[in-house]
Amino acid sequence: MTDMALSAPAPRKRRSNWQLLMANRLAAAGLFIFGFIVVLAVLAPALPLPNPDITDQPNRLLPPFADGHLLGTDHLGRDILSRLIWGTQVSLIVGVSATALAAIFGSLIGLVAGYARGATDSVLMRFVDMLMAFPYILLAIAIVAALGPGLLNALYAIAIVNIPFFARNIRGVTVSIRNREFVDAARLSGKSHPAILFTEVLPNVLPVIVITMSTTVGWMILETAGLSFLGLGAQPPTSDLGSMLGQARAQLFTAPHASIIPGIMIFVLVMSINLLGDGIRDVLDPRLRSGALDRPMPVTKIDRKTKPANEIEDAPALVVENLSTGFDDGRSIAPAVRDISFRLRKGECLGLIGESGSGKSVTALSLMGLVASPPGVITAGGVYIEGREVLGLPEHALIALRGARVAYVFQDPLTTLHPLFRVGEQIAEAILVHESVGRTHANRRAVELMETVGIRDAGSRANAYPHELSGGQRQRIGIAMALANDPDIIIADEPTTALDVTVQAKILELLHDLRRQRGLALLLITHDFGVVAQVCDRVAVMKDGEIVEQGETSKVLRNPQHDYTKRLIACVPELGEGQAFLDRVRPLFEGAGA
Amino acid sequence: MTAYIGKRLLAAVPVILGLSIIVFLVMKLIPGDPAQALLGSYATPENVERINRALGLDRSWPEQYVIWIGNLLQGDFGRSYILNRPVIDEVLERFGATLILAGASLIICSVLGILAGIVSAVRQFGWTDRIVTFFVLIGISMPAFFLGLVLILLFAVQWRLLPASGMYAVYGGGDLPDLLRHLILPAGTLAIVATGVVARLTRAAMLEVLRQDFIRTARAKGLSENAVIYRHAFRAALVSIIPVIGIQAGFVLGGAVYIETVFQWPGLGQMLVKAVSTRDLLLVQGGVLVAATLYVLVNLLADVAQALLDPRLKA
Repeated sequence: MTDMALSAPAPRKRRSNWQLLMANRLAAAGLFIFGFIVVLAVLAPALPLPNPDITDQPNRLLPPFADGHLLGTDHLGRDILSRLIWGTQVSLIVGVSATALAAIFGSLIGLVAGYARGATDSVLMRFVDMLMAFPYILLAIAIVAALGPGLLNALYAIAIVNIPFFARNIRGVTVSIRNREFVDAARLSGKSHPAILFTEVLPNVLPVIVITMSTTVGWMILETAGLSFLGLGAQPPTSDLGSMLGQARAQLFTAPHASIIPGIMIFVLVMSINLLGDGIRDVLDPRLRSGALDRPMPVTKIDRKTKPANEIEDAPALVVENLSTGFDDGRSIAPAVRDISFRLRKGECLGLIGESGSGKSVTALSLMGLVASPPGVITAGGVYIEGREVLGLPEHALIALRGARVAYVFQDPLTTLHPLFRVGEQIAEAILVHESVGRTHANRRAVELMETVGIRDAGSRANAYPHELSGGQRQRIGIAMALANDPDIIIADEPTTALDVTVQAKILELLHDLRRQRGLALLLITHDFGVVAQVCDRVAVMKDGEIVEQGETSKVLRNPQHDYTKRLIACVPELGEGQAFLDRVRPLFEGAGA
Repeated sequence: MTAYIGKRLLAAVPVILGLSIIVFLVMKLIPGDPAQALLGSYATPENVERINRALGLDRSWPEQYVIWIGNLLQGDFGRSYILNRPVIDEVLERFGATLILAGASLIICSVLGILAGIVSAVRQFGWTDRIVTFFVLIGISMPAFFLGLVLILLFAVQWRLLPASGMYAVYGGGDLPDLLRHLILPAGTLAIVATGVVARLTRAAMLEVLRQDFIRTARAKGLSENAVIYRHAFRAALVSIIPVIGIQAGFVLGGAVYIETVFQWPGLGQMLVKAVSTRDLLLVQGGVLVAATLYVLVNLLADVAQALLDPRLKA
């Protein structure tokens, strides 16, 4: 899949963090609402509001829109609007202070632990782990119980229980930074540890601190409000949003507005912060963005301007005609494979060779619509199996061909086999998809297939998980899976690249034998002309997404037409050649810029 | 597998000891002299000294801790002065109620969260995804105590469908249907706020897994999209979803404090809030320790479940 990584969308023009944040509509909305609430809370003393603490018994529990009380009054006749704005101010101050305290102490612990490592790290992090082992509201309650109810104590409690989050996050980043070159350089220049920590490490850790703060501050406001709601935080006459709600609860049935108004305020405040926090996180660390990854569709997107013929006469097993595949970066489609054509007969082996990024894997995956999409798009051409065009088939019909008529063997069997299923199960599954035989029958066939591909003691190895097998055995499982339904065509995408040299030879031999015994059409993708020379009847050479030369292997080897082919052939070293290899290869690359 | 479980159980022992140390230290935070507080105006120096000796407060902290933990292990959590009964009796009596509430919420939020997460990953950027994302946002921003009040107003006051508080009806209740009727609102409230996190992480885990090479292999085999998603992708995603559910166990146990207060549910949370207001510290200490131990054990279970799912972890 290296080919895909290289042809990823070109970097767009960089926008400033602020522009990126504002481009995120939800984050912008969050910022707007949060900003509005903050301004209101800050301006509380200047606004024409009645004193929030003046009680007025005759006018208690007035509904909203009553004269002089826009949001009504509470059980003591106090103006709810005024109390709401003042209460918001208290909640904001407490929540933000708790976040700041947790950030300062948590980051300090994380920085020291991550930088010092060793015993200091162990002791500090074990302590942090212990704190995290509590359901954390309970720990906050225990702390408030010890210190006594009160707003300041609630603030401390919430700050303490949030320290572990900061400590853990910051430690992780610090550990990865402490061994970087610029830290080494600072150390060699004789800077003291504290100086390095605060001038070299801290600035690099800062974005993580900001992210952690922006994603936890809403939570902390919620929790301090919660403690006040329970009567453990703000004590009269001070009140925050939580204690307003807690006090109004007694009149829930008679005057629900007194509870609902502060409740909605907490909700809106916290939601605006969460929206903003997610936005900040996405801007500062796009990798953390939740679900930013696109989900690949079952079949590559097909968007061909002209539809190729549905059928062609006298076609061999596989015909590819004028195939083009590209990657959509949102604005345009960057081509990865252009106008590829080749044919493959039964029993024949075609080698598709080229360097990484030349588009050979994309070609291979395009044949059965397996290019991850988005961003992949097949923009032109046709793929004919037994003379029938398959890319234009309905999705289920194309899927039914996969594994049945055309099977794949992929590069790295450790990542391409499912890590949590037994290998026998995985082979049996391939059979069961296309044939309605019993599970026991499928299992037996799986064991037989494993024997066919040369796995000794197949009966018991079938119960192994991929990680319990060697690389060569895993690739044999991959091949057995490909053979499961007796396909006509096998597409092997660099099947030996991830393996040791000796194992490579055995796997190639196995593919070679299977092809001859079963009359398979084998499309072998590789970057190694040695491999092509060994097993392929014909070869197609790919460069920059195009086939530059195609022909019988022996002819191409003997008399390569394209400069690029000459270079590829020359790059296969011979044993004992030594310095002569470089002398031989060097002239071929002069002026080639490779 | 038994060896693995044994190893995990052993590893939980220091964690639980650590919990007890933290609770012990928190109790040492208490400002002022306990003897003085107990004696009030009778706090002559002689009396203070006598009480300190009687309570073991004249010994060093490590000594005090060892004596304290020894008592705990024998089931002696001290005596609640306010309730005038052993702490352990009160805690155990309320433990069941909290277990029912938190357990029901955990099950609901796991099932709903996982379903919502899968659907929103599969229909990424579609309208289902948007709706789920919207509810996730509401869930993580909504104070549980406020949502509880709103639901009481709607379901108990407005529509008179469900009881507003308590665990059983005062008259004629006491059977399972009665319990379930009382459970719906509190467990539902707690589950709604807890679902958001599960859904969000399930979605992220599914999207992550769907990009893996082995999913492409599953597709290359010719598996239907449903099999790819529900058998191959979900199975792999579940490995990273299970620890999240372990963490949510802590969230519902903590959230139970609010819910039990709002719905008058006779569990540990309600007991703790009352105990903090009356400064019944031994009761707080007992309740927190028992709840925290339960949380450690649930996470242990999550570890074991994860190892059962992922053979690579057992090594």
